[in-house]
Amino acid sequence: MKTDDLINAIAADAKSVEPPIAQTVAIAVGVGALISAVLFLWTIGIRDNFAESMVSSLRFVFKFVLTLSLAIPAYVLVRGLSRPDFQPGKKLWFLALAPALLLIGIGLELLSVPQDEWHARMMGHNSVACMIVIPLLSLAPLAAVLYALRRGAPSNPAIGGAVGGLLSAGIGATLYASHRPDDSPLFLAAWYPIGIVLMTAIGALIGSRILRW
Amino acid sequence: MRSAIAGDQVAYRRLLSELSQALRGVVRRGFAGVGVPASEVEDVVQDVLLAIHLKRHTWDQTLPLGPWVIAIARNKMIDDLRRRGRRPEVPVDLSEFDFEGEDQQASIDAHDVGRVLSRLSDKNRDIVQSISIDGQSARDVAERLGMSEVAVRVALHRSLKALADTYQEKKL
Repeated sequence: MKTDDLINAIAADAKSVEPPIAQTVAIAVGVGALISAVLFLWTIGIRDNFAESMVSSLRFVFKFVLTLSLAIPAYVLVRGLSRPDFQPGKKLWFLALAPALLLIGIGLELLSVPQDEWHARMMGHNSVACMIVIPLLSLAPLAAVLYALRRGAPSNPAIGGAVGGLLSAGIGATLYASHRPDDSPLFLAAWYPIGIVLMTAIGALIGSRILRW
Repeated sequence: MRSAIAGDQVAYRRLLSELSQALRGVVRRGFAGVGVPASEVEDVVQDVLLAIHLKRHTWDQTLPLGPWVIAIARNKMIDDLRRRGRRPEVPVDLSEFDFEGEDQQASIDAHDVGRVLSRLSDKNRDIVQSISIDGQSARDVAERLGMSEVAVRVALHRSLKALADTYQEKKL
């Protein structure tokens, strides 16, 4: 087939265009988050004193600031990475926001809590559940994000998948944070990263296999 | 490209034809010094054109088209080099994106064409050949085969995807 013949065939297919990729990413992330939210409310649910905690506990609020400071930059990056011409460059620093906030949180916690309570705060009440439930709540968002990235054209499939995994973990962690009785930044630092790193690795692994185009 | 995304077939053909000439220059220069045969250049150009087509919804219309096209070409060239076990370093910068006046017509090697077309059903093969080589419109083909025009378009779209997948498989 000559190139001009190929061009004829492609031009005849002009009407087959898909919706803009940013829209696909937004819808996919919304649907993935919604599925996990329904699943979450249906099974473990938010804590009974959610509204009260929102007002009274700074630590509780901090958890959401932290998980969203992970999820929102990851979303912005995923939306960019779905395009082949996207240059992450300095935007990769967005991802340093959550670790930086966490360090500040840890510092404040260590200053405000007596030393003999540090260990108990870090171990919390339910660390095993935390490690299992965050990845589980991340599965639907991960599938949705990878689907959207497959419609797109990421230049680097492994990085696209990894940031997709990070985003899904950010969503999972945000949901889980509304349930957990363990609010200490020490607990967050010890246990949340396990699930988050796991999802990032899974995302990179799957991404490098299915996101080639 | 905006008109093309809005479904303007004539504008789209003109754009693709201009892009193919520019791409030929970009790919040839990118491969210069790595000893890639000329027939391979045309292969990559066709691969890039298919990718531009199937991924055109990933172009952000508020940004210039050039860098997006170059990014796709770059990816496909790296894929091609990787497939041949060379170091995937392609020096492409945007200043190289200018037009070459020549319109060289090379065909991709007969073996690959045969493989792609043989994977399509008889009807799809007929549709692709009628539209691309004989230059018939989708409506003409639909009438001749007793299909709806929409069905012909869907078949054509699927066939183009199959063609792109074949390039992909060569990479594995």
